[in-house]
Amino acid sequence: MTVLQVEGLQTHFFTDAGVVKAVDGVDFSLDEGEVLGLVGESGSGKSVTGFSILRLVDPPGRVVGGHIMFRGQDLAQLPESEMRRLRGNRIAMIFQDPMMTLNPVLRIDTQMIEAVRAHERVSAKAARDRAISALAKVGIPSPAERLGAYPHQFSGGMRQRVAIAIALLNGPDLIVADEPTTALDVTIQSQILAEVQDLARDTGTALIWITHDLAVVAGLADRVAVMYAGRIVETGPTDAVLAGPDHPYSVGLLGSIPGHGQRGQRLAQIPGMAPNMADLPPGCAFAPRCFRADARCRAEAPEITVRGSGGRLRCHHPMSAGEVAT
Amino acid sequence: MTGMPAPEPSRGWSADSLPWLLAGLMGVSTLALVAGPGWSSLPARVLLLLGFIALAAHLLRGKGRQFFNGPVAYLAAGSLLLLVVLALFASEIAPQNPYDLRQLDIMDGRLPPGSTTFDGAMTYRLGTDEQGRDILSGILYGLRVSLSVAIVATLVAMAIGIVVGIYAAWAGGRTEAILMRLVDLQLSFPSILVALMLMAAFGRGLDKVVIALIIVQWAYYARTVRGTALSEARKEYIDAARGLGLPVRRIIFRHLLPNCIPPLLVISTVQIANTIVLESSLSFLGVGVPITRPSLGLLIANGYDYMLSGQYWMSMYPGVALLAIVASINLVGDRLRDTLNPRLRR
Amino acid sequence: MLVYLLRRIAQSVFVALAMMVIVFFGIYMIGNPVDILISPDATPREIEETMARFGFDQPIHIQFFTFVGNALQGDLGRSFVHGESAVTLILHYMPATLELAALGLFFSILIGVPLGVYAGYKSDRWQGRAIMTGSIFGFSLPNFWVGMLLILIFAVELRWLPSTGRGDTVEVLGIRLSIFSENGLQYMILPALTLALYKASLVTRLARAGTQEALVQDYVKFARAKGVSETRILFVHVLKNIMIPIVTVLGLELGSMIAFAVVTETVFAWPGMGKLLIDSILTLDRPVIVAYLMMTVLIFIVINLVVDIVYTILDPRVRLTGGST
Ligand SMILES: Nc1ncnc2c1ncn2[C@@H]1O[C@H](COP(=O)(O)OP(=O)(O)OP(=O)(O)O)[C@@H](O)[C@H]1O
Ligand SMILES: [Mg+2]
Repeated sequence: MTVLQVEGLQTHFFTDAGVVKAVDGVDFSLDEGEVLGLVGESGSGKSVTGFSILRLVDPPGRVVGGHIMFRGQDLAQLPESEMRRLRGNRIAMIFQDPMMTLNPVLRIDTQMIEAVRAHERVSAKAARDRAISALAKVGIPSPAERLGAYPHQFSGGMRQRVAIAIALLNGPDLIVADEPTTALDVTIQSQILAEVQDLARDTGTALIWITHDLAVVAGLADRVAVMYAGRIVETGPTDAVLAGPDHPYSVGLLGSIPGHGQRGQRLAQIPGMAPNMADLPPGCAFAPRCFRADARCRAEAPEITVRGSGGRLRCHHPMSAGEVAT
Repeated sequence: MTGMPAPEPSRGWSADSLPWLLAGLMGVSTLALVAGPGWSSLPARVLLLLGFIALAAHLLRGKGRQFFNGPVAYLAAGSLLLLVVLALFASEIAPQNPYDLRQLDIMDGRLPPGSTTFDGAMTYRLGTDEQGRDILSGILYGLRVSLSVAIVATLVAMAIGIVVGIYAAWAGGRTEAILMRLVDLQLSFPSILVALMLMAAFGRGLDKVVIALIIVQWAYYARTVRGTALSEARKEYIDAARGLGLPVRRIIFRHLLPNCIPPLLVISTVQIANTIVLESSLSFLGVGVPITRPSLGLLIANGYDYMLSGQYWMSMYPGVALLAIVASINLVGDRLRDTLNPRLRR
Repeated sequence: MLVYLLRRIAQSVFVALAMMVIVFFGIYMIGNPVDILISPDATPREIEETMARFGFDQPIHIQFFTFVGNALQGDLGRSFVHGESAVTLILHYMPATLELAALGLFFSILIGVPLGVYAGYKSDRWQGRAIMTGSIFGFSLPNFWVGMLLILIFAVELRWLPSTGRGDTVEVLGIRLSIFSENGLQYMILPALTLALYKASLVTRLARAGTQEALVQDYVKFARAKGVSETRILFVHVLKNIMIPIVTVLGLELGSMIAFAVVTETVFAWPGMGKLLIDSILTLDRPVIVAYLMMTVLIFIVINLVVDIVYTILDPRVRLTGGST
């Protein structure tokens, strides 16, 4: 059953330097228990997409268009008070930097109990018990004692576990995880990945996993969406996209993972610079960096085409169509 | 880049040392007015007003729009200008010379606002005090005393602070440590307490108040200037100047000072307001200016005894004038700080 | 931590000694105290006797050491006017000032923190700007002026509160305090408000800056993502973070509060040590002035130490790592 359906989402930042179209027409949908990997290079609008779903975009940013259908309600139209009731309750979010997400001067129990009591009238005791079991679930030893600690008494990995535990507290239908493991070292990263995967499977929680690391996506996600300059340029089942990427940008992204291509070869790089989001080219945003781009790419932005594998693509010259005749 | 001296900054002697010159000029003419020929010289006062306006215009060159960002800024700047004009030309504007005892009539004592003299020749718009002095005239002359005391004290303190601060920064080592300890020690005590003690030792008097207010403030400037001088000295162009083999004196006067002064002027705006408040507090407590030259604070104190019996005007109107001058200086200072120097915040 | 504390105490002792020197040479050496001790028509012999009695005939350095020696034993001389020991006199008037300053501090937090937090929350709206402009007026209003206005409004016009004096007191641990008696508290409200206004502006500015800074932190966004209400975010998450610098600054300001009480006490005829100081200055009662100064220095030193300790308690990061920066 579909948990979330995003259609034509547009989130713009109205800065002094001009309108930054950080997210400009994003569509995707997500079923119960499904894990969507949202990948793309820095600045492509992944985080803004995540925050838009929770309606937590910082000013001067605003969701200016599209629908965010969550269990039949359009979040883009929901009044703030009802949105607050969904946040942390039906939709939870985990942030990138575990060192910054917990309030340094409040104890862990305060920060966990308030997350429960913001949504349910339960006793402090009951909320506390729920916090203890959530901490145990994410693998924090002797959780009852650790509850009384302050964030700085935890390591980075432990803090991220606490943040994940907070996200799990109210058994949400959807968790948006914004690069939750990027700041952690590799062993802890894989531990947390395994745990989260189990949790999603057990509870049927849908998961949006934002990352720029395709290796993470390969092991975790059911589907993958590749973002470039505020748009999803390619999406499809993870295996299909990783095995045969159709968008030249996806090819470049895959090529720049060490170890994925042939050994001994030079690490492939996407040539050129990430685009200036306040001043995008008229046609396909990737055209200036694309080795397949032609005049049409520079003039007209490609529409979405549905692929046979169930994937969707925005490209005039997909890779599987063979080399373009010149 | 290394080894190549950076080109000397294009702002030369003329542009950036102007406020410095102007401030000095205004200080001197204020000093002359207070201590020298007195307030009788009209040209000196006109010059002072022009200097004041030129200084403000110079500080705000090219940033006027930023400064005047709303009605409050216009109001504050306008009322400040008005009050300065009133103070400067008090002797021309005031209906009475409150220092001239022959003009006072004790029979007209404590008249409410709007009363007229017996012969109807003059209306006391804001009433009179117990000696029959016109409150409005008292306020205009008091404004002059309050403003001039504060401005002179602040400018002299600033000059001393600049010398000490730059000297400390330049000397370094033990000299710097001792000077700065002294500064810290003094600044750890509230200014009102220090001023009170000084006045207790000196006794009341116009010159004594000014001296006390200078002693209270210099340390603050010394600390600020030393900080600025150290950070400016670290900047590239000082190195460049050194690399060119410029003598120390030239570096100080052509590079350090022009960069220290504008932020100092911003600080001193607010500092003048603080000094007015401090002086008025001292005078209110009876240890400030002498009764023959009442400032706004002393006027308020004089009327205070009658306030509880409902004769509010003797204290109230000088109080309103005091609030107006202090608030407009503070508001202007706040805008100046925002406009010219966002990093200097209270 | 202990090392740090010891170093702080050593510094404080140095400040106290430095102040002794300054106070002695500053106050004792200016003018001739004998002039006010004896009548103008006293014989030279009488003058000499008095000089000898107070030790004024000794060389300066001897006088200084006598002064320091006595001071260390808690003796700062006798009041010329009251005939009592100056220290006893100050101690007698001190509680009234301290309770006034404490209530003033409380008022300034009560007024300043909510205003500042709100101004920070609405920093680019008119509400925030209005509060900030208002705080400039708070800085601009001289202490005695505010007191005067409050008396005029609340005592003379509205007759809600008494104008001047101290009212009833209750004896607590041998100290007479107004704050615990209803009548006494009524007398305290106006002077305490007067004293609080300037600091309230300061607190407003601090709280606004802190709030603005805290609101863009990730932990606030995360709290929002948890569904926590805006009120709770402001008054738990933000407030807890900004209280640390505010308490530190205010603690240090308690000293200046005591100093400014001089003006407030004069306006309200509040019988505290500030009023005592002014009266002593006007009557040239030197021992009392000196005693006041030395006691104030002591109070400052104690305040600074206490603030450091409170700071440590408030900030769990400092407390647990044991370091302090
Ligand atoms: N507060 C803001 N003001 C203006 N522009 C913003 C703001 N926040 C984000 N943007 C713009 O939105 C674009 C997308 O940002 P976003 O944080 O979503 O990138 P991202 O894909 O998450 O990158 P990263 O991998 O670095 O986290 C950026 O190019 C940036 O220019
Ligand atoms: Mg991001």
